[in-house]
Order: sequence, then structure tokens, then C-alpha cells
Amino acid sequence: MIEPKVKIATCSLAGCFGCHMSLLDLDERLFDLAERVELDRSPLTDIKELGNCDLGLIEGGVCNAENVHVLMEFRTRCKILVAIGACALNGGVPAMRNQYDLKECLEESYLRGIGLVDPQIPNDPEIPLLLNQVHPLHEVVKIDYFLPGCPPSADAIWTFVNQLLSGQPLALPYTQIHYD
Amino acid sequence: MAKSDALTQTVCEIVQGHGGMPTRLLQILRDVQDRLTWLSPETLDRVAEGLHISPVKVRGVAEFYSFLYTAPRGSYDILFSDNITDRMLGNRELLHALCDRLGVRMGETRADGRVTVGVTSCTGMCDQGPAALVNGYALTRLDKLRLDRIVELVNGQIPLTQWPSEFFEVISNIRRADILLGRHFADGTALRAVLKRGSEAILEEMVKSGLRGQGGAGFKSAAKWISCRNAPGEEKYVVCNADEGEPGTFKDRVLMQDFADLVFEGMTLCGRVIGARQGFVYLRGEYRYLLESLEATLQRRREVGLLGEAILGDPTFDFDIDIHLGAGAYVCGEESALIESLEGKHGVPRIRPPFPTTHGYLNQPTVVNNVETFAAAAKIAVEGGAWFASRGTAESKGTKLLSLSGDCERPGIYEYPFGVTVRRVLEDCGARDAQGIQMAGPAGHMISARQFDRRICFEDLATGGSFMVFSHRRDILDGVRNFAHFFVHESCGFCTPCRVGAPLLRDLVTKVHTGHGTRYDLEEMRKLGRIMQVACHCGLGQTAPNPVLDSLEQFPEAWERRLRSTTFEPAFDLDAALEQARQLTGRSDPDAYLREEELMMGAMP
Amino acid sequence: MSEDRSFTLDGRPIPFQDGQTIMVAALAAGVYIPHLCFNPEFAPHGSCRVCLVKVNGRVQAACTTPAAVDQTVQNETGELREIRRGILQMLFVEGNHVCPACEKSGACQLQAVAYYVGMLAPHYTHFYPRRPVDASHPEAVLDFNRCILCELCVRASRDVDGKNIFAVQGRGIQAHLVVNTPSGKLGATDFSLADKAAQVCPTGAILTKHRGYEIPIGQRLYDRKPISVVGDVATLAESKGGRRHD
Repeated sequence: MIEPKVKIATCSLAGCFGCHMSLLDLDERLFDLAERVELDRSPLTDIKELGNCDLGLIEGGVCNAENVHVLMEFRTRCKILVAIGACALNGGVPAMRNQYDLKECLEESYLRGIGLVDPQIPNDPEIPLLLNQVHPLHEVVKIDYFLPGCPPSADAIWTFVNQLLSGQPLALPYTQIHYD
Repeated sequence: MAKSDALTQTVCEIVQGHGGMPTRLLQILRDVQDRLTWLSPETLDRVAEGLHISPVKVRGVAEFYSFLYTAPRGSYDILFSDNITDRMLGNRELLHALCDRLGVRMGETRADGRVTVGVTSCTGMCDQGPAALVNGYALTRLDKLRLDRIVELVNGQIPLTQWPSEFFEVISNIRRADILLGRHFADGTALRAVLKRGSEAILEEMVKSGLRGQGGAGFKSAAKWISCRNAPGEEKYVVCNADEGEPGTFKDRVLMQDFADLVFEGMTLCGRVIGARQGFVYLRGEYRYLLESLEATLQRRREVGLLGEAILGDPTFDFDIDIHLGAGAYVCGEESALIESLEGKHGVPRIRPPFPTTHGYLNQPTVVNNVETFAAAAKIAVEGGAWFASRGTAESKGTKLLSLSGDCERPGIYEYPFGVTVRRVLEDCGARDAQGIQMAGPAGHMISARQFDRRICFEDLATGGSFMVFSHRRDILDGVRNFAHFFVHESCGFCTPCRVGAPLLRDLVTKVHTGHGTRYDLEEMRKLGRIMQVACHCGLGQTAPNPVLDSLEQFPEAWERRLRSTTFEPAFDLDAALEQARQLTGRSDPDAYLREEELMMGAMP
Repeated sequence: MSEDRSFTLDGRPIPFQDGQTIMVAALAAGVYIPHLCFNPEFAPHGSCRVCLVKVNGRVQAACTTPAAVDQTVQNETGELREIRRGILQMLFVEGNHVCPACEKSGACQLQAVAYYVGMLAPHYTHFYPRRPVDASHPEAVLDFNRCILCELCVRASRDVDGKNIFAVQGRGIQAHLVVNTPSGKLGATDFSLADKAAQVCPTGAILTKHRGYEIPIGQRLYDRKPISVVGDVATLAESKGGRRHD
């Protein structure tokens, strides 16, 4: 009997897609993975609507209203939610803007930036509104697992996903845990 | 330049008045501030020059103590006592009313520089609150009428000396007296006893008495004295811990106000027994109002030969007492932090061992005892150890002063033999509707009605004396939240689990108290609290989570009714976090808000 | 005769001499107890609380507890690991530790100890304090975001360099590192890279300017082996990624 494939969704919030690049670094192991999982919503599939999933992998922190919506939807749809990478875990580089008021950030970018024509702070409803500060995922929803790294190496992702899929206790070897 | 010269002169005078001693740094800074209302960087540099110490050390001390200001303050500096008992008596309403009337925001100084209104930790007037401090002097029994008058006095720039004296009246409220407060003590009798019978005999009486540290820790006082007496050292010191900072405690204030002679006699006795010539009273800054009368008492004792050189005519018996004022740092109630503060430093608890009995003040053998302990010791020297030990329980001899406040008809001081039940105390003070007691202050334990038959003694409920009653009208969590804030404010910042853990715990308490928490947050509080209990450097941090952990156990329903039905809630208000962006962009379209029903989605896995 | 004296740590006898702490004796016996504010060249401080061990059933700091013959010490237990991890997590949320953007990454003791205790994420709610970076000194940069208040630089500058350049001020969560000049700037001091204070920081709070990210990822101090094997960055020679200005 063929076991149903594990459904996985992924997304990048306030991140750089580096963690997704690392996922692609699995190289030929991706074929092995594809035997066992089916990708739902993910930048890799370009599926926009999120279905019910077994596993959600989220890269990036939460910096705006859209991030909040996407994260909430993932939490609702995914049985297990994993924060992947430095930004998801502690805000990472995007959270360095937390050193400043949002006003300072926007004015620096849109009013005082070099080479601006007709400087103004964008107010188009299409643009997600920024939160005062960038936050890690666990400050917004319950996160089941954390995988550190900037990005976590393909090996770390491979170990992690394998252990998770096979129901083993999660234990990464020393060389696969790093925060950078 | 002239202004700067005047500053130099002022600082010089004060520094010289303290003998140019760096150990007097905290006292010097207090005095300088009394003169100048705040401590500017320039002022601090002058103090450093005057004492020949590093400016960064002076700044470090100035920044550590709450009552020292490194930013301008109003000529009238009004600080409301913000203990839960003051809150029960409506201090918040008064505070906001006063701010409104004076046209000043809480914690800020009015533009004309005349007045600042803020809050401070418990000022030890819980039986006569709501209380406050004005320029360091205690105000009691505040009400609307008094507030109106204070507004006039401030706006009229009336000097404090001309304010109505009843505003500053502190009453003792002794409701029940036993052997300590009830029996007359003739000054000098304890000192005569030690001269007549010798130190060894007095120590034997102390051992027989079973007296234990009345600050609440309960270490055998005789053992402390003997250890110090036997410790090698060039000098030995006696320190009276009158830094009564535990919220809800005020019995030491009453002892210092009405029984100062007894306390000083106990200290002098200790000096004779351990071989010390110098004693210090570390008086909490909130009791500044007592300073002059205490100094006068010391002077009188010198004049009648009970203090100073050749006490009672014995040329081998020299002992004198200095009073040091604290400046708003609860952690200085911890004996090694207190010693650091006495040495003119910021009050960070030392690594122990070594203990003060061998390495205390200036690294010399030092006995640090609570006010009540010294008072009891003086009595024991006269009446004998057996007399003292005839009261109390097997492990807790003698009596204990309790400071009763909160929801009771007769707040005040109650002296009981150790072993009295909580229920008996509640009956005596007229607490008819108690749902719980905060016993021994926020650092102690919260107990519910199921435990009212427990006994107050070291075998069961140990206490330094704080006893705050919560009636059924109260929300226990108001107290827990108040205490959580207290510990954040009072943490010295030295060790990680207290410095960081206390604010994390406060934020979790606030989250649940304001209706944004879930069961997950309760479990987080438990885990964090357990780490703090074992990991912190000193008793402050180790006890800081007690109110949270106790209330979770004793009053689970108080927490439960605040919980959301969801399993997880964000750590912050998501929609409020968009407010700045809404304002900056002027947006009000639907996507500029995070609506509750959308947020609920993520809360239900 | 004092050579025979020993205590038991995780079932193993650890010899000690009078006056030694549990930490020092364990270190001498080749047993690692994780720590941050402890450096064998300085008097113990006891502030970070990472080195907590259980001594006869009671949790105590190994760096400040004198060794004694009657001690049964537990070091590697699940309970202690959890407490230590909690303390590391507190340090990570208290400051702004952006490892990917830090030159010390890979040779950072804070990071290495966090790896050692199995910290995957900071867990608690972040404070995101606003702290400055002081680049006023020509040779060194002071990034207060990364300071964990271990006071090793304070102690080194005061006790070894005799310069007294650093201090900690403020109370509670407001406690912060300051530079002992009127401007508060490192550039206004006689701080030098040859100072002991320049070599003891367990994090990237005090860094040498004009060099950084010199060692490729994978070859850095703590990339391959844990700190329990490698040792503290401050006590290692430069060739191993430790201090750079002996």
C-alpha cells in the first residue's frame, strides 16, 4: 500500500529567501524528498492558496500586516509549524531596524534617500502596512520547532526533515547547529 | 564661572563635612542633592574630585539609587508610595488627581521646574496610607482635602517647614504588645549587665534565648555574634539593618521611632560582646524623617555615658553609632549589599561565602542584625535567655512583631509569641473577609484561606513581619502584578536570571492580567519562575517569582478567569503595532487593521 | 597533604587544593562546566549564572563555590541543562545578538556556550533595546548591542591594565556598560588593542577594527568542535582564533 505523501508548505516572510536557497541545496536529495512529500503553497511551486498541510516551514520574521496574515493562515492550516533561519527565530537582520522608530526608517528611505523624485511615504493600500518593530515568529504564533542558521545548511535541513518525517527525536549533530 | 565656583564650594563643604571619606559617598550625594535638587554631571565630577575617586564610580552610585537624580527634578519632589496597600486605599486616583491639578505628567518635572510627581516602592506607611514622600519626607493619610492643600502649597512655593505638621505625622499604631513592646526597659540596664556579668555570660543567655534573626531569615543570632567575636580582624563592626524595604513591613519604623534607645542599647551590647567600637544604623531613605530625632537620641546617650568613649565609666568600653541613610534600593536590605552601600558603593550583593561575620564592612568581621533582633538582644541581656525562650515554639523562641495592613479594621503593629495562627491574627485585626494573605511581603508567600490555621514561626510560616490582607473584594492578581513590577524596579541587575527574568515575568503577568493570556502563558510563568528561584545570585531574585508561583497554586481561579479560550496569544498587540504606520501613511483602509476574527485563526492550531 | 582532597562531580573524583572553587578544580581536571563571566585569570564574578551546578542537591554557581571534600556535584544533568539554556536564552533576548551580522560569529563564547547547552532559539520575548555602537576609537569598535554585562572588560581594565576604562551603571534591566570619560566615548580614552580589556570579551561587544570575517565558515574556532573541547576564545592563542594582540 502506498503511504500518502506528507504535505508541506513553505513561505518566506521578512527574510531573504536564503533559507529556501538552502532547501534547494539539497540537490539530488530533493528527488528522494519528492518521493515522500508533496509541496503545497510554496515559492517553489507558485501555488498561492494554502491547503491543509502536515508541515509548514517558515523563513523570515514578521515585519508587516501581510506577514501576520500569512503566518496566521499557516498556523491554522499546518499541523506542525517550523521556524527556519535566524530571521524567523529572532528577527535577524531585518530586526536591526528595531533600533529606530518606524518614522525614522520611513523618512530615511522615502523622504531623505538619495536620488528621490517627489519624495513621499507610500500609502497605497496594496502595500502591506509595517509593524512598529520586526518580530520573530514565536512572538506571534505557537511554533513547534526551530531550526537555526543563516541559513541552516542543506545538511541541517535534511537531518531535520528526515528526523521529523520518520518520527525520530530531533537531534542535530554539533556541526549542523549554528546561528549564522 | 561664578556659578561653577559656587558649585565647587558647595560640594567641597559637604565633602569636608563627611571627612572626605569615600565610604560616605552615598551620604555625600544625598546631602549635595538636598542642596541642589539633582546631581548634574558637573556636580558628580566635583564630588569625584573632592573624594579623589573615579568619576565613573560616583556616577555609578548616583545612577543606582532611586532617590538620587541624575536629571533635573522639581523643587518639590513628590513620590507616591505604590505598594498594593496604598493602591487598596486609592492612591492611584489621588496620584492622577494631583498630576491633573498641578499640570504635570507622572514621572515628569513641570516646565517651570517647580514640581515632579512620581511613584516609589512601599514607603512603610501601609497602616496610614495612602502615603507619599515630599523631598524625602513622609506624608501620610493622603486624601482629596490634603491634596488640595498640597497643590496650593506647591504653587505658592511654601517651604516644607511651613507645611501643616499633621501632614507629616507618623503614628505608631501599636495594637498588641508582648514582652518586647510591653515591658518597660530602663536605659543602660543591658550595658550594666554585660559589664557586670561579662560577654561570655551574655552570649550564654543569647544561646539560651534561641533568638533568631527577626528580619525573616532566622539565623541564630548568638551563632552570628560568636562567629564574629572569634573571627580575626583589626576592627569589628556592628550594623543594624533598618533598611526595612519589604513592602508591607513597618515594624522597624515603629521601633526606631518609639524604641530607639532599646535598639541602640542592643547594638552597643553587641559591640561589647564581639569587641567592636563602631556601629552603623542603615536607615532606609524613606525614614529620613526620623534622622534628627535619632541623632538626638544618640547624642543624649553619649551625654549620659551610654555611648561614645568609656561607656558607663569603663575605660575599655568604647562604642559609637553612625546613621547612614539609604536612598531607595530594596536590594540593600540584603546584608552584603547593605555593607557595600555602607562602604559608599552601589548595592550589589556580594558573593557568599565569605559571610559578613568574617568579612563584612571593609572586609572586617561584622554582625548585621535586624532592628528587632537588637531590641530583643538588649532585653535578653537584662531578663535572661530563659525568660525569652519561655515564649514561642520549639524552634522559634520569643515574640514577633507583625506589620498588619490591607483589608483589616485595625492595621498597625501586633506583637505575638511565635506560633500564633494566621486565623488568630486576622481575628485580632478585624479582617473579617480575608481571601488571602501576602505573608512576609512579596518575597514571602501568598496564602489562601485554606491555610489560615498555619502558624507564624520558622517551622511553618517564617516572616520578617509583613502581613498584608486581601479581602474577597480584591483581585489577587492586582497584587501579583504590583509585586512583579516591584521586583523589576528593585532588581540590582547583577545576575542574568533576575535582571532579565524579572521583566519577562512582569510582562507575562501583565499579559494575563489584561486578558491577553492563555494557559500556555501560565506554564511559561511557572518555568521562568522555577529558573529564577534556583538560579539567581541573591534572595531578591530567588524570591521574586514567589507571588506568581504561589498565586498559581493558591488562587488558580484568579488566573483562570483571565484566560482566553485560545491556546496561544501573541506577545504583543498586533493591531496596535500598526498604529504608527497608519499615522505615518494616513491609511484607514481595511488592510490597515488587523481584525480580531482574523487573528483568532492563528490562535487555534 | 591537600593533594588527596577531592569532591565528586558526576560520579568522578575531582582533586582540589584549598581555596579552589568547584570551577577551577573541575577545569584543572579537564572537566568542562559552561561559563561566560568566569575567566581563570580573574577573580570570580558569579553574575552570568551559566555555571550553575548542583552541590549536595542545591543549585550553586561553580565559579564562586569553594570546593570541599563532602561535596557531591552534578554538572551534566537534564535539569541543569534546561536552566542553563534558559539563562542563555535570557541573554539572547536581552541584547541584540544578530549573529549573521557579527564579526565574532564562529569564535563567540556566548554562541558556543549556547550551542553547548542545546539552545536552538531564544524562546523568550525580545527586548530589542536601543543601544549605540561606539566607533570613535581608531582601532576598536564597541558594540553595546552585544554586551552581556559579564564585566570582564571592567575587571581587566581596572585590575590588569590599570586604566579603569569600563564600568557598569544603572540598575536592573537598565544596567549597561559605560566608558569612563565625560563623552562616554572609547575614542577619548587611552584604550589600546594591547590592553587585557581588548582580549577578554566573550562576545562581539569589543572588536578590532579593520579586520573581520577573515576565517571562512567551517574553519572557525567553534565550527567543528564544541567549546568543551576547544576551550574559551579568550584563553586561546590567535592561531586558534583567540586573542589577536598578545
